[in-house]
Amino acid sequence: MAQTLSRTPVSGTATSTPAKRKPFLLDLYSTAVGKKYVMAITGIAMIGFVIVHMLGNLKLYQGASATGIYPIDTYAEWLATLLYPAVPKYGVLWLARIGLLTAAVLHVHAAYGLTVMNRRARPVRYQSSRDYQVANFASRTMRWTGVIVLLFLFWHIADLTLGWVNPGFIYGDVQMNVVNSLSRVPVALFYIVANIALGIHLFHGTWSLFQSMGWNNPRFNSWRRGLAAAVATVIVVGNVSFPIAIMTGVVTYNP
Amino acid sequence: MSTKLTNLKLKIWRQAGPDDAGRFETYEIPEISDEASFLEMLDILNERLIEQGDEAIVFDHDCREGICGTCSLMINGQAHGPQRASATCQLHMRTFNSGDEIVIEPWRARAFPIIKDLMVDRAAFDRIVESGGFISAPTGGAPDANLTPIPKPVADAAMDAAACIGCGACVAACPNGAASLFTSAKLSHLNRLPQGQAERFRRTEAMVDTMDDYFGSCTNHGECQAACPKEISIDMIALMNSDYRKAKFKNRKNLSRI
Repeated sequence: MAQTLSRTPVSGTATSTPAKRKPFLLDLYSTAVGKKYVMAITGIAMIGFVIVHMLGNLKLYQGASATGIYPIDTYAEWLATLLYPAVPKYGVLWLARIGLLTAAVLHVHAAYGLTVMNRRARPVRYQSSRDYQVANFASRTMRWTGVIVLLFLFWHIADLTLGWVNPGFIYGDVQMNVVNSLSRVPVALFYIVANIALGIHLFHGTWSLFQSMGWNNPRFNSWRRGLAAAVATVIVVGNVSFPIAIMTGVVTYNP
Repeated sequence: MSTKLTNLKLKIWRQAGPDDAGRFETYEIPEISDEASFLEMLDILNERLIEQGDEAIVFDHDCREGICGTCSLMINGQAHGPQRASATCQLHMRTFNSGDEIVIEPWRARAFPIIKDLMVDRAAFDRIVESGGFISAPTGGAPDANLTPIPKPVADAAMDAAACIGCGACVAACPNGAASLFTSAKLSHLNRLPQGQAERFRRTEAMVDTMDDYFGSCTNHGECQAACPKEISIDMIALMNSDYRKAKFKNRKNLSRI
């Protein structure tokens, strides 16, 4: 009968053992649940980074010291020379960069793999409109907000790490580079839009990672939504405040 | 006293067979009792169609009391219709108003191919259960009651999972066509109980891997939980995700010992 699925032999839990396996981690990653672990773990790493990044940037508000040195420049120098001289200059910084880059690549790769799998799972869509009950805006737009954040990430690195799209960029003069960049209205607007997208992404992601990792306990389940909302709010309020502060002249740079 | 609903317009998916393209067709219901169940309404419509010499609309149904999991139907974009915690067979026409347009579509998923009209083949669920949804119990006389003590909260949690009737609403409601709620309910039902421990990790790995062959992946929308006629919680999915990780590590360790 044409309507029946092509059926693979029944494995039977107690009888068969798979003959040959991929290397363990690759085997785990090849499964949907394994990819979700990767999404969650890399997500945690990147949420941690985003929070620390936002907190570090708050130094923009401290203004220049009496000697004309900006605290955020000192902070950048401190990051670059972390654990120096035990570790060479930029050593810890590059370690963190490689870690984050790996996390980002894995996060995107796993997301792509899962999206392809999900598209395949419903080749013929519903022909009438769906009436979603609980799926919220954040959960339904994860792929879009993710892409916006990814595009922003490329721009952000080109703008404030490499200086390619930031005329007058000088590596290490953080306050100057940031103020110069975000004084441009389109750049500031892109910055705000991307951070709102990031907040929406984190609102679902932070909650979702608990489910993906199987961290579920009646003792803390009711806190998961609240935590997700708190993370999203803190990130959006903190990060969006910078372009607004620069455009309204609260944060300035005086050489 | 029962009242009557009038002038209902039904848009129903008609598909002659698995390979037919299918299309919506419109049917008028001039009058129907609000005490009629949704499936009785379809029965009445079918009798009319048969009298007219048309082909009856094919849909799945059996017990009509919400315990067998045979009925399905996507009604106005919601699996099992607008009423929470109930299957289509428990839905009554009083939920609707006179003059409503009601759109009826079959479950849609790659693993649930349409057989005809509103009927789909849900055998992929059987494949998942076959791969591990059982315990290997020694045969012989029935054991004495309470021979295996089970704490009340554990028994309750397992019972909540065992309430799954396998209707497929979770897959139908899921934007990704994932069967995580079904599989996790079948896993939790056995994995929580002492009788299920011996094969716990073999079962978990086998059932999740079989699920992967047919269905999409979970993105934690929670639509499945909202659609489930038995209100099975997505907490089960978290348990599955955590058991799968343990299973992967433990099975690997056990395999290396053989």
